Amino acid sequence: MNDPMQPEGLRLERVASGAEHPTSSPLSIHDMTVAYHRKPVLWDVDYDAPDGKLIAIIGPNGAGKSTLLKATLDLIPKASGIVTIYGQPYHQQRHLVGYVPQRESVDWDFPVNALDVVTMGRYGQIGWFRPVGRRHRAVALEALDRVGMADYAKRQISQLSGGQQQRVFLARALAQDARLYLMDEPFAGVDASTERAIVEVLRTLQRAGKTVLVVHHDLQTVAEYFDAVVLLNMRIVACGPTADVFTEENLRKTYGGRLTLLEEAANALARNRGSRE
Amino acid sequence: MPDLDLFRVLTLQDYNTRIVVGGVTVLGLASGVIGSFMLLRKRSLLGDAISHATLPGIACAFLVLGALGLDGKNLPGLLLGATLSGGLGVGAILLLVHWTRLKEDAALGIVLSVFFGLGVCLLRIIQKLETGSAAGLESFIYGKTASMIASDAQLILASSLVIAGTCGLLFKEFTLLCFDTQYAGAQGWPIVALDITLMVLVVGVTVVGLQAVGLILMVALLIIPAAAARFWTEHLPTMVVGAAVLGAVSSLVGALLSALLPDTPAGAVIVLVASGFFLVSLLAGPARGVVGRAWRQSELRRKIARQHLLRAVYELSEMANHPPSVRRNELLARRSWSPRQLAQTISAAERAGLVVPTEPNAIRLTEPGRRHAARVTRNHRLWELYLIEHADIAPSHVDRDADQIEHVLAPEMIQKLEALLLHQDRDRQPPASPHALEERP
Repeated sequence: MNDPMQPEGLRLERVASGAEHPTSSPLSIHDMTVAYHRKPVLWDVDYDAPDGKLIAIIGPNGAGKSTLLKATLDLIPKASGIVTIYGQPYHQQRHLVGYVPQRESVDWDFPVNALDVVTMGRYGQIGWFRPVGRRHRAVALEALDRVGMADYAKRQISQLSGGQQQRVFLARALAQDARLYLMDEPFAGVDASTERAIVEVLRTLQRAGKTVLVVHHDLQTVAEYFDAVVLLNMRIVACGPTADVFTEENLRKTYGGRLTLLEEAANALARNRGSRE
Repeated sequence: MPDLDLFRVLTLQDYNTRIVVGGVTVLGLASGVIGSFMLLRKRSLLGDAISHATLPGIACAFLVLGALGLDGKNLPGLLLGATLSGGLGVGAILLLVHWTRLKEDAALGIVLSVFFGLGVCLLRIIQKLETGSAAGLESFIYGKTASMIASDAQLILASSLVIAGTCGLLFKEFTLLCFDTQYAGAQGWPIVALDITLMVLVVGVTVVGLQAVGLILMVALLIIPAAAARFWTEHLPTMVVGAAVLGAVSSLVGALLSALLPDTPAGAVIVLVASGFFLVSLLAGPARGVVGRAWRQSELRRKIARQHLLRAVYELSEMANHPPSVRRNELLARRSWSPRQLAQTISAAERAGLVVPTEPNAIRLTEPGRRHAARVTRNHRLWELYLIEHADIAPSHVDRDADQIEHVLAPEMIQKLEALLLHQDRDRQPPASPHALEERP
């Protein structure tokens, strides 16, 4: 798996145009800037994800970690920038990307059971207007089994614990059978057994050659779980193999108060544009 | 001859009654279906804004029809106007939310009141005009079911079929949209188009319902059946069908009642009947109803009290030199329960055959009672052991914590505890309870 001869596809230096990015990269972000209500939250992000790796995205609150995923998935508009998935724009490659949103992003008091939620991962394959067939339900049940939740298939989702809900979300992405997985804080507020189950799933995905980007908040486990790290604080502070870039110096740069100027500039920009309109 | 009326109405012999009842029943069915999705999309009030936003369209349509020399009360013309202005209202809400920092509730309130105000002004102007009588336009505000004719009922039937059919076709898509919009978007489902489709369906059902229940009460037919159905089930298809049935039955009963009682507005009666169903669901719904929940809670309380009693009797009679029969004041000293609670719990346990009285103020465990008590006590001690060994809880706090958990331990949990605590060392037995130890001589 960890062939040292394999090119990492990683670069820290700025590149001139999108054409220089290797088309094989599962996720290639070029010059991406994202703004919420005119206030930039991500500046000039350039990143090529290495193929077949488990990658952690870390950074303080408000660093733009979730925004990075959402902008990649076209869920929020980009002020500028190009994103390619295996060399093609996202809207052509949706079937290759599995997304695990934050657990809090939905109302769990919804009249569906765990299997229904996982089946949603198959809706793309099922297509418009058609009801869910037995074959897709079987795939969904298998995905639930992979996260250790097969016994809870018929359980109403509000009766699941937080960790179980998180596993249901993970199973939904697995049911999609994607090549690139983007997970937003899957480890947030989960119990120890769920954490072990998720890590096991991540390792299985990696063995199957998939690439997984995980927004992560627990710095203690970064080195243990992940091959590569993206340190993010409104811009990419550092990225690369965990052993190389997960250093105290980089962490201090990411979490320290060095970015006050950038934030002030963003606020000033927002004020300025707001008054002009 | 009121009796004859009653018979005629209930058997739908009257042609007009048939039309009205048929029309509103189908309307109730369609609004139950679409209302379920609105409820789950957390957009229930959007229906209210839409129905209020139709009023200026009705007034404008009347003016335009009059100017064209047509009959100002041509219903399809008026409903077209209502549709356009309802759509405009939705557009205004979307623009306000998208382009300003106003939240949806504020945008709804603004659009609802501005459009309705505009409509009321236009109606007043129309009444002042000398061309033709505008009387009857107000019926769209409060509804005037009796004025429904066969072609109106056909219009309602056709629209309702389209609405229910679209919901059926897009069932899976609407479910995803309502549950997890972000994921739907990431998967490439056109969430804006789906949301617009949902709103178009709401505008459709609202416009055809204006005549029947009126624009003020139309929202009730969208929300109430869906909210009532939610109390009965955790299964979405069941909820949608249930809301459709509740909507249809409410409309049917409401229309019949209003036909029987002279001078009662059908729209209001339909809403009141629907509210009756809602109240019953709120109280009696098995999945989420208040009564069911209260009953389950009191059941749990009774079970906990019974288990406390059994464990107290068991632990007392387990003590050295203690006779099998246990006196009431000994039991009273064990826990902080009042004499009344204790007496109630004891008589409940006697009825269940778990304890029998030995003397006026003493009880003894029966054989089933002893088995049950032994199991409860064992669970309690297993949990205590777990808390001491694995959860780092001070032994002095363990009894209180174990006291609350032991009653809800599922059999799988007990098995896990046994595997964790006993199987490493088969000879080991769960320890006696700390307080039992304290009280032993």
